[in-house]
Amino acid sequence: MLLSLLLQIANATGLAVFGAAIGAGLVALGAGLGIGRIGGQAMEAIGRQPEASGKIQTAMLIVAALIEGLALFAVVVCLLISFKL
Amino acid sequence: MKRLLTLLFCLCTFAGFAAEPTERGEKEEAFNPGEMILHHIGDSHEWHWFSTDNNEFTSYLPIIAYRPGKGLSVFSSKRLIKGAEETENPAATAKTTEESEGPVYEGLRLHHEELVSTDGSPVYDLSITKNIAALFGSSLLMLVLFRYIAGNYVKNQGRAPKGVQSFFEPIIVFIRDEVAKKSIGPKYERYMPYLLTLFFFVWFNNLLGLTPGAANLTGNISITFTLAILTLVITLFSANKTYWQHIFATPGVPKLLLPIMIPVELIGAFLVKPASLTIRLFANITAGHIVILSFIALIFIFKSPAVAPISLAFGLFISVLELLVAILQAYIFTLLTAMYIGGAVEEHHHDEEHSLDMRTGHADSVIPSPTAH
Repeated sequence: MLLSLLLQIANATGLAVFGAAIGAGLVALGAGLGIGRIGGQAMEAIGRQPEASGKIQTAMLIVAALIEGLALFAVVVCLLISFKL
Repeated sequence: MKRLLTLLFCLCTFAGFAAEPTERGEKEEAFNPGEMILHHIGDSHEWHWFSTDNNEFTSYLPIIAYRPGKGLSVFSSKRLIKGAEETENPAATAKTTEESEGPVYEGLRLHHEELVSTDGSPVYDLSITKNIAALFGSSLLMLVLFRYIAGNYVKNQGRAPKGVQSFFEPIIVFIRDEVAKKSIGPKYERYMPYLLTLFFFVWFNNLLGLTPGAANLTGNISITFTLAILTLVITLFSANKTYWQHIFATPGVPKLLLPIMIPVELIGAFLVKPASLTIRLFANITAGHIVILSFIALIFIFKSPAVAPISLAFGLFISVLELLVAILQAYIFTLLTAMYIGGAVEEHHHDEEHSLDMRTGHADSVIPSPTAH
């Protein structure tokens, strides 16, 4: 029943926009997993060696921004699709 | 001073969620959130500050259009904005071909914020748009601020810094020590002006874009593209032989793989690096603005003030996150620029590091030569 509902929505707004929405969700998932992993490992490292917490924090923020950059590549593509550019 | 800042903060937080401009026409159009959001993050030929119930406060920026064959046209955008000149010149507004298209002046018309000519001839739009006016404004701000700080350094030589100077000094020292010296190495001083300008330009424009009535400057892909191209140009012009060797004859790569490695390295250096710099800054800032505007649009979609507290709370949270993103993206852009420049000016010392000792199979091992005692 859920599947038929999804197909109805896809038919109504157009398959491309449906695909773009799913894509954006998947991208958010991927970015969340990546940055969450980085954060977790950073927490572990800080717990292991609290003196290095400054360096670890800086490195963590940098890597998080790089992963987010990649996620935003994909978001831009999804936006382009949904605004039919 | 603290009270003044608190008052300012409260005002900005309140007025930042500005009301929708009153409709120019009488009929009530359905609220289109997509259009409202795109209008707020996009560029515009007028600068709409805010509206009250009866008035609108808009600065009509000049339109400068060059058409080959017809020359330069300079006039205020007031003539092209629908409804802006209703009472003044009924004859001019009577030239509208369709109700939704807007008035025509000197054969030019604004079609969804794009300048087109009525006879289809090419138009080169050199106008001062909202983003360009914001660019001038923030450049002026940076000039005044940093000339003042530099003057303070000259005046207070040997004395401790105070005031504005003491606020910016740790940041400038941070960029010099952590970003430039670590990434570029001993030749960092040549690139400090560019790195500092880049950092403060991106940071100030990110912050200014969050204020009410502001222009979304760093969310304009042309601006970020220009910054990335500047980084590319500086990297290429300061690249030494080692850099080109790394691209065309990457050390440690067997000769057979070179036809694959050279295009990959070229695309990496010329396309991927500037593109990633461009998209990263543009998408981060624009996405933040879209999220905040979407929360505001929720109130208008549900057409009820009961949504306002939730909307405001989420919007406030995202706005605070955007403050972090503002400085983080500025730092990332500057850091990556410094790393690319550092990669370009690196001295040739890799061969000793990556050498594999063929006698023992260990890398960089210390093998006593037969003649040593």
